[in-house]
Amino acid sequence: MKIHIKNGRLIDPRNGIDAARDVFIAAGKIVAIGTAPANFGANRVIDATNCIVCPGLVDLAVRLREPGFEYLATLESEMKAAIAGGVTSLACPPDTDPPLDEPGLVEMLKFRAKNLNQAHVYPIGALTTGLKGERLTEMAELRDAGCVAFSQAEAPFADNLVLLHALEYAATFDFPVWLRAQDPALARNGVAHDGEIATRLGLPAIPVAAEVIALSTILTLARETGARIHIARLSSAEGVAMVREAKARGLPVTCDIGIHHAHLSEMDIGYFDPNCHLMPPLRSQRDREALRAGLADGTIDALCSDHTPIDEDVKQLPFSEAEAGATGVELLLPLTLKWAAESGAGLSTALDRITASPAAILGIDGGHLAPGAAADICIFDPECRWRVEPAALLSQGKNTPYSGFEVSGRTTHTLVAGTLVYEKNNK
Amino acid sequence: MWLDPSNPQLNKNGELHHLLSLEGLPADVLRQILDTAVSFVGVTQREVKKVPLLRGKAVFNLFFEPSTRTRTTFEIAAKRLSADVINLAINISSQSKGETVLDTVANLAAMQADMFIVRHAASGAPHLIARHVAPDIHIINAGDGRHAHPTQGLLDMYTIRHYKGDFSKLRVAIVGDVLHSRVARSQIHALTTLGCPEIRVIGPKTLMPTLVNKLGVQVYPDMHQGLKDVDVVMMLRLQNERMNGALLPSAQEFYKYYGLTDDKLALARPDAIVLHPGPMNRGVEIDSSVADGKQSVILPQVTFGIAIRMAVMSILAGN
Amino acid sequence: MPANPLPDAELLLASLTDQMRPSIGPNTGLVGIHTGGVWLAERLHQALGIELPLGTLDVSFYRDDFNKKGLRRNVKSSDIPFDIDGCNVVIVDDVLYTGRTIRAAMNELFDYGRPASIRLAALVDRGGRELPVSAEFIGAAVTVKPGENIELARNAQGKLTLQLNRD
Repeated sequence: MKIHIKNGRLIDPRNGIDAARDVFIAAGKIVAIGTAPANFGANRVIDATNCIVCPGLVDLAVRLREPGFEYLATLESEMKAAIAGGVTSLACPPDTDPPLDEPGLVEMLKFRAKNLNQAHVYPIGALTTGLKGERLTEMAELRDAGCVAFSQAEAPFADNLVLLHALEYAATFDFPVWLRAQDPALARNGVAHDGEIATRLGLPAIPVAAEVIALSTILTLARETGARIHIARLSSAEGVAMVREAKARGLPVTCDIGIHHAHLSEMDIGYFDPNCHLMPPLRSQRDREALRAGLADGTIDALCSDHTPIDEDVKQLPFSEAEAGATGVELLLPLTLKWAAESGAGLSTALDRITASPAAILGIDGGHLAPGAAADICIFDPECRWRVEPAALLSQGKNTPYSGFEVSGRTTHTLVAGTLVYEKNNK
Repeated sequence: MWLDPSNPQLNKNGELHHLLSLEGLPADVLRQILDTAVSFVGVTQREVKKVPLLRGKAVFNLFFEPSTRTRTTFEIAAKRLSADVINLAINISSQSKGETVLDTVANLAAMQADMFIVRHAASGAPHLIARHVAPDIHIINAGDGRHAHPTQGLLDMYTIRHYKGDFSKLRVAIVGDVLHSRVARSQIHALTTLGCPEIRVIGPKTLMPTLVNKLGVQVYPDMHQGLKDVDVVMMLRLQNERMNGALLPSAQEFYKYYGLTDDKLALARPDAIVLHPGPMNRGVEIDSSVADGKQSVILPQVTFGIAIRMAVMSILAGN
Repeated sequence: MPANPLPDAELLLASLTDQMRPSIGPNTGLVGIHTGGVWLAERLHQALGIELPLGTLDVSFYRDDFNKKGLRRNVKSSDIPFDIDGCNVVIVDDVLYTGRTIRAAMNELFDYGRPASIRLAALVDRGGRELPVSAEFIGAAVTVKPGENIELARNAQGKLTLQLNRD
């Protein structure tokens, strides 16, 4: 199918383009930018006047809740939510039930996702069996089944020796390892940042030291083993500083933060809003400012939604008992634009953090729009203001701190491999 | 990020609708409760200790965390207001069988409850409930996790005012496990709102919350320094679990450095009063000779506690 | 029916004192209702030489309009420092109107004990009774227009005056 996207403002951060350029698609790929190829008879013309045309978003953490958590959400609902959010490639963490520690599970997931013909799904495999942190998984087999990286999700290691061996083994095959920097003992039972708000509200707390100490361990072992590390969901100013320093010393480390951490802090917990119970916790305003600065200067490579649909039953509970996490794949775009506007970082930098950079982290050829690239495209209206109504979200997870708030920026069209998979007002 | 920026405890006229926490309540609301309680103390001294204010109203004691003491005081207070009282001790294990806090409350509200008195082990539980009940139901927090115990804070303020009068000239010391104490937090908020110029918290670092000074207190790791010239000493209960959690080595060492003995009390003003929310661990945080001594106002606290709870329930029910 | 100025409160008080004098005995307990009734009762207590100490009532906890109006802001304490059982009580209030305050006062008194009798002294009776309550001792009967209110005031020297206010 030949598609002509006309009158849009093309922003392709990787190729440094921000200009009024038309896009021409054929056979699932971008065949030209700017001028139409000769005899290009478009089957469909999409008018992107006043809209921005950018690479389809690449979201590094979207929980699809399959296998195992189908009562919370299904592949169908979450994949629909993803493309409505302009996401064309997503990585899903291994903390399903059972965890993604067997090639068969990974294959099934990929198969189911492929049949839906929506976003590309990149499973992150479990680093240890059952995510128990004790025995290594068959990483090579899992890689063959389709895993692009390995992780423990939120689960801890039994001890650092296991972590060391896991990194060594992954390094053997040059498999990237994604790790959450959180010392389990220091974080035990904690639900909020160890600061003024937790003290006022009487909430068990997680000190920044939990992140710093774990990060120090991870970075040291990464250096020792040569493993490629990605730090998932940083939360503190000190954490950012450590990553900045490690990068300066040439360590092959990347990192991301959840989109909510770019905006919210411990103050947003207010009167115990369980929608603000997140992991890692929302920290102080100073930490948030450092995260924002890290995003701007590239220390933090990517923004992700950390999409976690949670049922009302386990979310509308007293704060410390509520399950941690927020739904967010449909908000990744508007919240990224919000950061761009508030920080002055500019649209190209902001979009890079959700397209080219995460694509590089995933090791896929995506997140850019040069001729020859797959036609994974997001078209959005940056001026469209809309109200976040949980009931109207396509995700089955209605748990968002932004419930009732107005945001700017809405996806109008999403294309995956040259197919129009989502069009606003066209369910 | 809840849309409701206003204090969830006050209705649109600024009157008390729920009592969830003393933080954020204006001084005149606190004073109204204390003043009203004076009249109820009078009632408790009569032959007929009842007044008909809450006749026909149903008060549900919803205790998700067990407590005979507090529940009994609320029950007595409600009955003295002629209310119908239902006690519900929610077994936490039956909670995990599927009925959430909100489901429990919804079921009870359907039984024409007018007021819920809620105690829960998790901070913020009464706030959650208050957000989900019908607008004509009142919630009183009887203690939530480490966060707040507003009626205890109020009765402590009543006690202090009764013996010392003006808050604006007092030095008050709070001693013990502040980290885990909802009582301490409520006391601190009340004291700052009522104008107490100097509030000291005394205890080992392991039992002090992070940045506690931001609540408007001064931290004294040394009890001898901390008690010097204070007018009021408020002792906190030390739970046994603290030794297991590697927060303290032993009750003995705690007693030696942070227990209130006659010697240590002598460092305070000669007319200083001693409070304790109870139940006391004699010989751990407080010596019997102090608890039973002439500076102790621990027993009057109990009487005042009933009057305070009657005042709170009356004010809420009428708003 | 005085149309314009209200009667002189001090004169009414003198009249009340004279009316009550023959009924006073060693077993008479005077109880004033906060706040105006207490002012009057204090003066009567002294003028009549009543033996039993003065009682005061704040009927806030017995009012029938609690559900509509809530608890009043400055609730005062009730204090009956004598034994109600078998006592001849005289309730003193400033303005007798619907009779509901007196009903509340009687309910409250019965929670203190069982009086031998209860009589009512009111400085002003403005009519408009909604309950079967009557005063044995009245200073004066006064009519007011709807939307108006009679209140007793006391100045720094202790002089009592009646004031007409809008609701």
